[in-house]
Amino acid sequence: MGKYRDDPGLVAGLVQDDQVHRDVYIDQEVFDLEMERLWSRTWIYVGHASQVPRPGDYITADIATQPVIMVRHTDGSLKVLMNRCAHKGTRVVTDAAGNVGRAFRCPYHSWTYRTDGTLIGMPLPRGYDGTRMKECSAAKGLAPVAATAEHRGFVFARLSASGPSFTDYFGESLSSIDNMADRSPEGELELAGGCLRYLHNCNWKMFIENLNDTMHPMVVHESSAGTAKKLWEGKPATEPKPMAVEQFVPFVSDYKFFDDMGVRVFANGHGYTGVNFSIHSSYSAIPGYEEMMVQAYGAERAREILSISRHNTVYYPSLTIKGAIQSTRVARPLGPDRTLIESWTFRLKGAPPELLQRTLMYTRLINSPMSVVGHDDLYSYRCIQEGLRCTGNDWVSLHRDFRPDEIGAADLTTNGTSEISMRNQFRAWARYMAAAT
Amino acid sequence: MSAPTRDEIVDFVYREARLLDEKRFDEWYELFTDDAYYWIPSAPGQADGLNHVSLMYEDKLLLKLRVERLKNPKSYSQHPESRPHHVLQRPEIESEDAAARRWVTRTPFVYLETRGDDQQVYGGVALHTLVLVDGRLRIRQKRIDLVNCDAALPSVQMFL
Repeated sequence: MGKYRDDPGLVAGLVQDDQVHRDVYIDQEVFDLEMERLWSRTWIYVGHASQVPRPGDYITADIATQPVIMVRHTDGSLKVLMNRCAHKGTRVVTDAAGNVGRAFRCPYHSWTYRTDGTLIGMPLPRGYDGTRMKECSAAKGLAPVAATAEHRGFVFARLSASGPSFTDYFGESLSSIDNMADRSPEGELELAGGCLRYLHNCNWKMFIENLNDTMHPMVVHESSAGTAKKLWEGKPATEPKPMAVEQFVPFVSDYKFFDDMGVRVFANGHGYTGVNFSIHSSYSAIPGYEEMMVQAYGAERAREILSISRHNTVYYPSLTIKGAIQSTRVARPLGPDRTLIESWTFRLKGAPPELLQRTLMYTRLINSPMSVVGHDDLYSYRCIQEGLRCTGNDWVSLHRDFRPDEIGAADLTTNGTSEISMRNQFRAWARYMAAAT
Repeated sequence: MSAPTRDEIVDFVYREARLLDEKRFDEWYELFTDDAYYWIPSAPGQADGLNHVSLMYEDKLLLKLRVERLKNPKSYSQHPESRPHHVLQRPEIESEDAAARRWVTRTPFVYLETRGDDQQVYGGVALHTLVLVDGRLRIRQKRIDLVNCDAALPSVQMFL
């Protein structure tokens, strides 16, 4: 029983064409429903195949607050399994990553499982003779998620048996992942350089929405990026611009810059800013890299790949990527006002090492719990989380550049300061949330 | 200048922490050599600041940026302000290169950072690489190994 659980119309009513009700960010029941109806029925990012290259390699992750294991099976295929012993429910592995060899073994009563989850056995099996155990879930082993899909090494899972197919769900938005991988002369990515884990005391949607909010950088980041700009002002043009200055300064570009960037949205909440160019477009060339790309792809195709410089692409609701610099940020919701943000970086196989070093610098400067950019972003989200406790105005405005004919558009490009990406996300949100079964 | 005494080296490390706790960031900044790095790894025993991510791996330009930002009232996340507080164990001299006039000190610490009603507590070890510049001790690298460097952390806003 619940206010929203039993009233699909009430849930759908939280989202209007151009504004959303504050409960979408602060209500515990809405959060629980999000995990059941949105995060379980859609395709959620688990990890990258390059994290588990050998049989027995695994990583652990949480999807819709449920612990899962992504493991390389003995036959070389990838499996995503519920991290829950079939016997008493024990979480089977607890390290972030490792290798189990040929079998998982529960640390409590030593039930063992193949790396595809099937039950191998347990001590004193005769104790189950004549019982119903073999007909019950316990005999089935570690439960696999309902569906998994891999695209250029990016592994997604859907917990619910029903839901859209992977290609129907993401459609043309996959071109951003393709561009990231195509930037490797070998066409392949490899996760590298570790992970930053930043605890956000705010709702997951505030983070996801902000990635394509182009009206905040010049305000929120004036103290950090604006200071970088000031520190560099007056330097002679002959002095090479440090990479950190190149990375900071575009954050305080003017409104016109962000408007001209453009935004493109797709069905199911996905989209990206930086259709025409982005804050990553003017980075200095890395010696030797373009030549490698031309050699691998030919001049025309190489130019085509490198001319795409998208800002943030959101694979709603869990994954966000920056193809132009080979980084991802993954939202792992923990509660209505708690979200873990993981920041990952990738090596372009066959490319010079400076590319990884460049993305690592960016992620330190922007995504670290000790980043001055991150501090001011999270401060803003937290202020929303606190401000939305106010009664007197129950609605959050998403009116900027709203046009009635945008509703239902499956692929739409418009000016970069439009709030269309948020409206587009909430339209998908409302559709999943209002469907009770 | 002749080589500093053990007490002078130890006093220098204490003084650095005191400048931070008193938020005398301009004076603190002057303690670093021009080629200095301030480094907080994100993995235990991390060997490399370039090819593995760190919580911070900053040269003097980036330290200057932080110091100048904190003077800006539009540093929104500093409303209310953060307050740092170091409790240091007595620094040990970990290694000494007399010819290069270089000393590495090892200082276990407990660090508090408060902001409004929140207080965070961290433990770790600071490794200072100290050199003589114009006869004065200066920091070439400060490396801070947090015990929980790979944990999910909230915003940590001051210098450790």
